[in-house]
Amino acid sequence: MGWFLLKRVGLMLLTAFCLTFIVFALTNLQPNLEKMAKTLVNTRMSDEEVARWLTRYGYEQPVLVRYGEWLGVMPGWTGSDENGKPIGRCLNPDIAPEDAPRFCGVLQGNLGYSTVFKAPVKAIIAERLALTGWLMLWVMIVMVPTALIIGVLAGMREGSRLDRGLSIFSIATTATPEYVSGVVFISVLASSAVGLQWFKGSAASAMEHMTFENFTLPVLTMALYGMGYIARMTRASMAEVMTAQFIRTAHLKGLSFGTVVVRHALRNALIAPFTVIMLQFPWLLTGVVIVESLFGYKGFGWTLVRAADNNDIELLLSCSLVAVVIVLLTQLISDIGYVYLNPRMRVA
Amino acid sequence: MSPLEIVGQIVLRFLPVWIGLAAIFVPSILFRRRLGPYGKLMENRVGQIGLGLVLFWVLAAFFADLIITSNPLDQVSGMKNALPGTAIPDRPGAFYLLGGDNLARDVFSRMVMGSRTVLAIAPAATLFAYMAGFMLGLPAGYFGGRFDTVFSFAANLVLAFPVILLFYLLVTPEIRASGIPILAAAILFLFPIAFFVLLIGARFSADPHKLVLYLGITLVLGLWVYSGLAFNADPLGVFAMDPNRLNIFVSVVFVNMPVVFRIVRGLAMEIRTRDYIAAAQTRGESSWYIMLWEILPNARGPLIVDFCLRIGYTTILLGTLGFFGLGVSPESPDWGTTINDGRKLLSVYPHPALPPALALMSLVLGLNLLADGLREQALKD
Repeated sequence: MGWFLLKRVGLMLLTAFCLTFIVFALTNLQPNLEKMAKTLVNTRMSDEEVARWLTRYGYEQPVLVRYGEWLGVMPGWTGSDENGKPIGRCLNPDIAPEDAPRFCGVLQGNLGYSTVFKAPVKAIIAERLALTGWLMLWVMIVMVPTALIIGVLAGMREGSRLDRGLSIFSIATTATPEYVSGVVFISVLASSAVGLQWFKGSAASAMEHMTFENFTLPVLTMALYGMGYIARMTRASMAEVMTAQFIRTAHLKGLSFGTVVVRHALRNALIAPFTVIMLQFPWLLTGVVIVESLFGYKGFGWTLVRAADNNDIELLLSCSLVAVVIVLLTQLISDIGYVYLNPRMRVA
Repeated sequence: MSPLEIVGQIVLRFLPVWIGLAAIFVPSILFRRRLGPYGKLMENRVGQIGLGLVLFWVLAAFFADLIITSNPLDQVSGMKNALPGTAIPDRPGAFYLLGGDNLARDVFSRMVMGSRTVLAIAPAATLFAYMAGFMLGLPAGYFGGRFDTVFSFAANLVLAFPVILLFYLLVTPEIRASGIPILAAAILFLFPIAFFVLLIGARFSADPHKLVLYLGITLVLGLWVYSGLAFNADPLGVFAMDPNRLNIFVSVVFVNMPVVFRIVRGLAMEIRTRDYIAAAQTRGESSWYIMLWEILPNARGPLIVDFCLRIGYTTILLGTLGFFGLGVSPESPDWGTTINDGRKLLSVYPHPALPPALALMSLVLGLNLLADGLREQALKD
């Protein structure tokens, strides 16, 4: 187990390293940098001015060097602005230039400064991630049990009418992306045109105070899309288990159908969905971005869109870092969980 | 117009589609016993409904010019956010069947026209992703080894990216300015050519006459299309792709490719242990012959099912791109963009956003049901 874990973590670090470098290279393409310089200083800067500005602020170094700086394995650049005042990656107005650290990157816990929000990236990410955490928590609370129940009910008697109905429902939910179900929900349940107005079409007020009224629609919208997939996986796994020898034995022992399902089939049937639920996270991340934009909930996804739209390089990089780490961690947990849950799986 | 009249009018506008559907379905059901696997699908209710929904949109896209009531880009004064069934002031007898959007354009016509954008990109992008998946996944699964390790790692790398982040990084004017999409297209679009060249090369290697003839045809056709699609340099001007669309196309192929790679690789690994593969190896067939003419045909069942599902997923991806206003022109009537336009006033005027949303859902649902029907048929055999 130790060796397996070590290998997985090593692979994970390598993946994270590659991915952040790709994001870094893509966000730091020359046209992106020029656009950023223009938005930051003056949209009508001439090309020479842009080039001078980029050189002064350390953007003209080779990409690898700057990636090293961002990572914190290369010393931050230093220079001076037009008035001769010392400037540099690791310098900030609060401390004297001589006391500033030489390295300041991700490894030192410095994620940089957001040009859109005019605040340190770390604080923004922490705040927004907490908001998204609540959304995710409720989505999971709604989605996972519902999906498992649907899957188990459909899979326990394969081919029955209940199975057919629930399967069609699951297929329908996987065909309804968030931006469709969200639009339908808002139009029907929250618009003045239909007149029901049971819920609010905006979740902006949920950031301070979550209520049933302002948080139901975003949670429902997100839960619905992911639900079908988990339900179908659970159904397939349940249907497979129900044909197994030990289930037949349990039937022949004279146990009731309910007991067979709950005590014998369920535990075995839930191994595969566990992996699926864990691997669902990268997908949920896209959902978070859509739902937060649609409902105006200013969490992590909303921040990502703002960062990308305004080419806020350091914020976007940190967002990708967080996203990538979440994805890789869930993969790791899913691998480990699979080994623990499934007695047939032994790691050499 | 009353709601009933609106529905009646819409049904009437879709007349070419109904005729087309009847022309396809009636013979298919009558002769289903003689149509092989396709006829079997006709005996499956779920598959039938799925096929019907898909064909509905394919035909709607084909006959879009006959179906629409107004030009999808025309803005008529006084029709801003008009309710469904409002008469157009200057054109007697003409209506905005599903109302007007916030720029006073016809929602119905935009929805019908939007199907063209989706159906022009989604199936083709899926097909290209499949070609690339074949060319990389088959050798990875069949040979294993270092090639497999490298490409599996790369596939997992792409899969670890949240899709939306990838789109935000790849579908921007700055990326287009850097020329990366053209480079990527130049590489990605080589896969189909390579696929067909190897396919023919492996089959007719013993028959030089046919080999030269077929290879010649493939290369001429392939390179002609290639020059048009990748570099927008088709000498005859038949195949062209504007930079925006190329950017979207390449990104969507790129997102789908690793998943297809993994599926194909898994199937190849499973099938290579079969006896008929050993027989082909003993006969001394070339590796590409075994991969393309032995493994691939025997893996077709799961691949066809996944192909249907993947077109649906690609449709959702295209909608996501439109929803975030990435890559498409703001005028474009594609469904994602229209939903995005409509969502700003959703709680007051839901009618501009709902039709494209439901259209997108019905197409994806159709593809998913079709896939489910095909899967059930495959399991029965």
